[in-house]
Amino acid sequence: MGKRPLSPHLQIYRPQITSVLSILHRFTGIALALGTLHLVFWILAAAQGPEAFAAVQAFSDSWVGQLLMLGWTAALFYHLANGVRHLVWDAGFGFAPSQVSISGGITLIVAATLTLLAWLIGTGQLGMSL
Amino acid sequence: MSMRSPLGRVRGLGSAKEGTGHWWAQRVTAIALIPLTLWFAAGLLSVIGAEHGAAIAWIGSPVTAVLLVLLLATGFYHAQLGLQVVLEDYVHHEGAKIAALLCVKFACLLLGAAAVFGVLKIAFQG
Ligand code: HEM
Repeated sequence: MGKRPLSPHLQIYRPQITSVLSILHRFTGIALALGTLHLVFWILAAAQGPEAFAAVQAFSDSWVGQLLMLGWTAALFYHLANGVRHLVWDAGFGFAPSQVSISGGITLIVAATLTLLAWLIGTGQLGMSL
Repeated sequence: MSMRSPLGRVRGLGSAKEGTGHWWAQRVTAIALIPLTLWFAAGLLSVIGAEHGAAIAWIGSPVTAVLLVLLLATGFYHAQLGLQVVLEDYVHHEGAKIAALLCVKFACLLLGAAAVFGVLKIAFQG
């Protein structure tokens, strides 16, 4: 292998906000891709007719379905917020260590707020609908 | 002094042989997905738990149908590009990597085409 530089050894590095948020982006991207299966089934069932649609709806309403939807919503809003953070970096801004930590905190707050808001509206807790 | 041949420099495609194409496509789709996913989340909330009739009325309305097709195409393209990077990072055996990449790309294409078909069917014949 010679004297090539090595990437950090994950086993001996203490997790930090930056490294955890980074792997979360990858994790949520994969989760979102898997979650599209449910979206595709939902659309195809709607195209198929009322019975098929009711069957998919029953799964969505079950506790497993609800748990998956909660995870999917959180993954979407996290990946969205952190995706914007990535795009800001790509534009060349926000690389100072302090800025990276602050934008990470903002990302978490935005993701949690949007997830909470979506679920409060979706479950009718806010008494409003879109 | 550059170590690159004049031809290599003119082509500008680097050692990956495709320049910045993959990277750029991932950013373009990411930017398009910001408004699309926010619109979609709001729209889904408006039909959540609705009867079949209300759901297909939403999916099949002209604005929704067009935006849904765009969301599906952009989303699956973005997912496929992203999953490619993940596989390239972790699967090192050349044959297994190519097989996995083909599976991911074909699966994304199949799911995307099936979902777009569903949207168009609802839009055109209810
Ligand atoms: C909501 C809007 C979205 C934005 C703004 C966004 C943004 C991004 C960005 C900037 C990257 C590149 C990150 C990097 O350089 O490491 C990325 C990667 C990725 N995205 Fe998205 N994305 C969005 C939605 C989605 C959706 C809906 C899916 C799945 C269906 C998805 C799946 C992925 C995957 C699998 C990766 C690769 C992750 C990695 O390489 O670690 N994204 N996204």
